[in-house]
Amino acid sequence: MTGSLLSVEDLRVQFKVGPHLYRAVDGINFSVERGRTLGVVGESGCGKSVTSLAIMRLVPQPPGLYAGGRIMFDGSDLLSTPDRQMRKLRGGRIGMIFQEPMTSLNPVYTCGEQIVESLRIHSNLSAQKARARAIELLDLVRLPSPSKRVDDYPHQLSGGQRQRVMIALALANDPDLLIADEPTTALDVTIQAQILDLMRDLQERTGTAILLITHDLGVVAETCDDVVVMYAGGVVEQARTADLFADPQHPYTIGLMAAVPRIDVEADRLATIEGSVPAPWTQLPGCRFASRCPLADEKCRSEPPPLHEISKAHAVACWKAPIEKVLK
Amino acid sequence: MIETIANRLLLSIPVLFGVLLLGFVLVQVAPGDPARVLAGPSAPPEVIEQIRQRMGLDDPFFTQFFGYLGRVLQGDLGRSLISNKTVLSELIAAIGPTMELMFACLIWSIPLGIAMGTLAAVWRGSLVDRGVMAFSVAGVSLPIFFICLILIQYVGVQWRLLPFIGRGGPLWTVEGLRHIALPALSLGLIFIGPVARMTRSSVLEVLKLDHVRTARAKGLGEFRVVMRHGLRNALIPVVTLVGLQAGYLLGGAVVTETIFSYPGIGRLAVGAILSSDFPLAQGTILVLALAFILINMLVDVLYALLDPRTQKR
Repeated sequence: MTGSLLSVEDLRVQFKVGPHLYRAVDGINFSVERGRTLGVVGESGCGKSVTSLAIMRLVPQPPGLYAGGRIMFDGSDLLSTPDRQMRKLRGGRIGMIFQEPMTSLNPVYTCGEQIVESLRIHSNLSAQKARARAIELLDLVRLPSPSKRVDDYPHQLSGGQRQRVMIALALANDPDLLIADEPTTALDVTIQAQILDLMRDLQERTGTAILLITHDLGVVAETCDDVVVMYAGGVVEQARTADLFADPQHPYTIGLMAAVPRIDVEADRLATIEGSVPAPWTQLPGCRFASRCPLADEKCRSEPPPLHEISKAHAVACWKAPIEKVLK
Repeated sequence: MIETIANRLLLSIPVLFGVLLLGFVLVQVAPGDPARVLAGPSAPPEVIEQIRQRMGLDDPFFTQFFGYLGRVLQGDLGRSLISNKTVLSELIAAIGPTMELMFACLIWSIPLGIAMGTLAAVWRGSLVDRGVMAFSVAGVSLPIFFICLILIQYVGVQWRLLPFIGRGGPLWTVEGLRHIALPALSLGLIFIGPVARMTRSSVLEVLKLDHVRTARAKGLGEFRVVMRHGLRNALIPVVTLVGLQAGYLLGGAVVTETIFSYPGIGRLAVGAILSSDFPLAQGTILVLALAFILINMLVDVLYALLDPRTQKR
């Protein structure tokens, strides 16, 4: 795993809510290479947002708790980095974009002020230079007439424009890693395409590695080099994007792909995965997906399957993998 | 911004008209006869009748009211029946001390209330939080006259730390400060509670918002997050509250000034009403209403400054 910019190793994040211990992230591993895009995909509540917050060390404590593992960023463990240094990384070498463009900017400061603030705490730019840089950034994210927009308040911008400002903010200090937590979920489809396009373009220009959190397989297919599929707090499959779509191995991934409606196939009902996600405070002895898996047997229910490589750079946490031999 | 202020000024005209009408009616229906007050207790009935006619007290209600309204519009508020000075000069003499009292009360109670509320929010559930909440509940529930009396009893009489009667001079003199300390303290004590409570809940609310998470993700330190991205946004409802509480404060000032014999508008109003000095009573009502309107206007301006979303584009 050397050479990767970020590697998450056996990360565990838990929440203590009342009498329950909620295992939001339960021993996950993945890594992001420099200049590449890793997609983390999964349904709501599978722990993908918590993972992104955990990397920024922004999980509220309490009720949150880092229960184990390491988050190696460029050779040092973020979980044992002192707060002071962590603050320098946040917004500095690691930028973050959030899901809610409408509420993620502070309504009482202009867009420019918010970008300038980030610039000036990470470098000693003069106010004037920071402002010029802010305009430059807004231009970079293709906000129309940036020298005027810089003095606009967030409520004067549309959702897509606000997300552009958020991206400018996240990129302000030339981060090595950009974490994008569902950056396009709150936007309509055309704007979504524009924003993804913008992110891809910016990555080509700046060489920033991107960790893209999403529930949308379409977004993954369009933007990511590698994919991690998460289910109920764990990684179930990990592969190059092309490999994953060509040859999904985990029954959950297969179900997920089947659930994407296709325009060229007529269907009376949308495909779903039977059953529901196990309650997050239950600790299952076996595979997390066993209760919903059509292939599950006794071993699946009693022993958790490890994530193991079945072909180059393609790992699956399933006893049945490679699945072809079972389906035969 | 200027448009907002102009709008508010225009809107205050009907309000002031209503205040004048209501003040006039209240003084009319209040017990006591101004002619008798003017003539003195031993005057014969013919003299009183003469005065009534000269003052136009037998005229129909609306004739009297519009006569009064016309004089007010020309800046003539009449003369005090007791002191025979013009009402305007009495009011001007009393406004300064009351403004000093308000200033002396707000200058420490608002910052302290905001600071207490913010600390309580940041250290939610801690001893500090509980202390602040207990203090503010006490401040809200104790009647102001009781606080005044307690302060007089201990600070004034038993420990002889501060004077508690009258005004010692302008605010910038030592005597002035010593005299204003107790009234300003008691008036401020009832004000801290609501401000602290509102600040606390507002800061708690704001700190949960998405943009605060963005601020943290930018790498800001916790102090800066709370002050710049929490408190700044949280102050918006606090300003509203302060505006709404202005009436409470003016009412409190009437009680405080009376108890401490402080020569302000409040005491002037109480004195005028008790002695049936009706031109003076109407004058004080007018001034109190004007103060209320001005405070609310100030709140609107502050509101627009704090929250760009309320500004018209």
